[in-house]
Amino acid sequence: MERILSLQDVRFTYTPDDPDSRYAVDGVSFDMQAGEWIAVVGHNGSGKSTLARLMIGLLFPQEGTVGLFGDTLTEDNLWEKRSQMGMVFQNPDNQFVGATVQDDVAFALENNGIPFEEMTLRVQDALKQVKMDTFLDHEPQHLSGGQKQRVAIAGALALRPRLLILDEATSMLDPQGREEVIRVILDLREKTGLSVISITHDLEEALLADRVVVMNGGRKFAEGTPQEVFLKGEGLTALGLDLPFAMRLSALLGEQGIGTEPGTMTERKLVEQLWTLRSNR
Amino acid sequence: MMEKMVFGRYIPGDSFVHRLDPRSKLIFVFIFIAAVFLANNTVSYALLLAFTLLAILASKVRIGFLIGGLKPVMFLIAFTFLLHIFFTKEGDLLFQLGFLKIYEEGLRQGIYISVRFLVLVLMTSLLTLTTSPISITDGLEVLLNPLKKVKFPVHELALMMSISLRFIPTLMDETDKILKAQLARGSDISSGTMKERIQAVVPLLVPLFVSAFKRAEDLAVAMEVRGYRGGEGRTRYRQLKWDWRDTTALLILLAVIVALWFLRG
Repeated sequence: MERILSLQDVRFTYTPDDPDSRYAVDGVSFDMQAGEWIAVVGHNGSGKSTLARLMIGLLFPQEGTVGLFGDTLTEDNLWEKRSQMGMVFQNPDNQFVGATVQDDVAFALENNGIPFEEMTLRVQDALKQVKMDTFLDHEPQHLSGGQKQRVAIAGALALRPRLLILDEATSMLDPQGREEVIRVILDLREKTGLSVISITHDLEEALLADRVVVMNGGRKFAEGTPQEVFLKGEGLTALGLDLPFAMRLSALLGEQGIGTEPGTMTERKLVEQLWTLRSNR
Repeated sequence: MMEKMVFGRYIPGDSFVHRLDPRSKLIFVFIFIAAVFLANNTVSYALLLAFTLLAILASKVRIGFLIGGLKPVMFLIAFTFLLHIFFTKEGDLLFQLGFLKIYEEGLRQGIYISVRFLVLVLMTSLLTLTTSPISITDGLEVLLNPLKKVKFPVHELALMMSISLRFIPTLMDETDKILKAQLARGSDISSGTMKERIQAVVPLLVPLFVSAFKRAEDLAVAMEVRGYRGGEGRTRYRQLKWDWRDTTALLILLAVIVALWFLRG
């Protein structure tokens, strides 16, 4: 397996001149293999977004290294590395550069000097992947939030990236838009084996990941599969993080004397357990 | 009120004029504006008017819609018309009512100036009505390209134009939202003295500016992440194509100018 991303003891502060400044990211390391989906969770101010900016070279760490696709990220190889990754931000309005959907998707391709004939093919292709190919000439003000985010994803995909970073990409969407976006990403990952890092508040979204990294106060608090991480129930709630709905329900049921398996994370599994419990009685 | 405005609005369509290259349309309009001042007698003004109407017909924009949307300008045209009628005192006296005297020359001048005004406004509106803002920007960028030689930042200007155009509706929405939010808190900008009204605009402007800064920052980061490094080494997604239509349009304009030249008194 190829190592897509590796952070080694990354430390970063926004005020490097101040000797007692707080580190926004403090000694974080983790690796990511090709095709993995990693969710980074944490409450506000835990350093998640700073971490995302370090990964794509918007910021450089004061200590430690960020490795991308086998090399250390430096000022010199920054643009070359960036052309292999895509990033989608929170606010769907503020990252829409083009006047229409197709112009926006083509923006990154124009920047990378892709010839015109190739560009039209890739724009079509990327929009098809997010199921927006009938919206070519639509203007951003006539799209819903979820549709704008899908266009933003298409804009990132048009470059054929190996790594897609979602910086709270679903946090300003309504539940329906959020579901649309998540479905598109799941689908893509299955079809193309894309590696995804999603930085999120949404724990249901974190459940879909292969691995979860929990951040707290700039440090890595826990890392593991969603199963492993959410079993630390108590610890997480102490950090101000919520647990997935199925886990909260199963805990409440436990208080009522209905014992479900600990670590039931999805609604489907919980339903399964409840009906087996009921029919066993 | 905003819905009826014709200025700067673009109405998608598929006509001869719509399919022209933005470059040829821009050149056309600039030359036409200069050519309007060649006309100085009845026949030449009639020719200009007829030519403009022909252009409108070719664009398939509804004349009623165009005139309706130009009401604010119509008022201005009517005003200059009246000024000329009452203040030019040459030629034969045509009509007198009390102290109001209308002279032949005054009437003629009034009509000439109104036609000149009308033709200018109609032609320029036709440009924006049939060309999307983004293609106008593209056209301008290409036309201004020679200025790169004198270090004029053509690409940057075009980028700024296209981003501003794209954000106009977004900022309009935002203004509306802030206005309503402030209304809900009891601010009122539609009544009171002039001073009070100006003061009431502040709670609207400050949040709008702050959010525009925030937007600019977000947009800059999003552009950088997507590999934007300036105009060097970029390719273009929107291609401009100059075809027979464009050449024809400019040839027709040339013919009209030659005709105007000969019709001059």
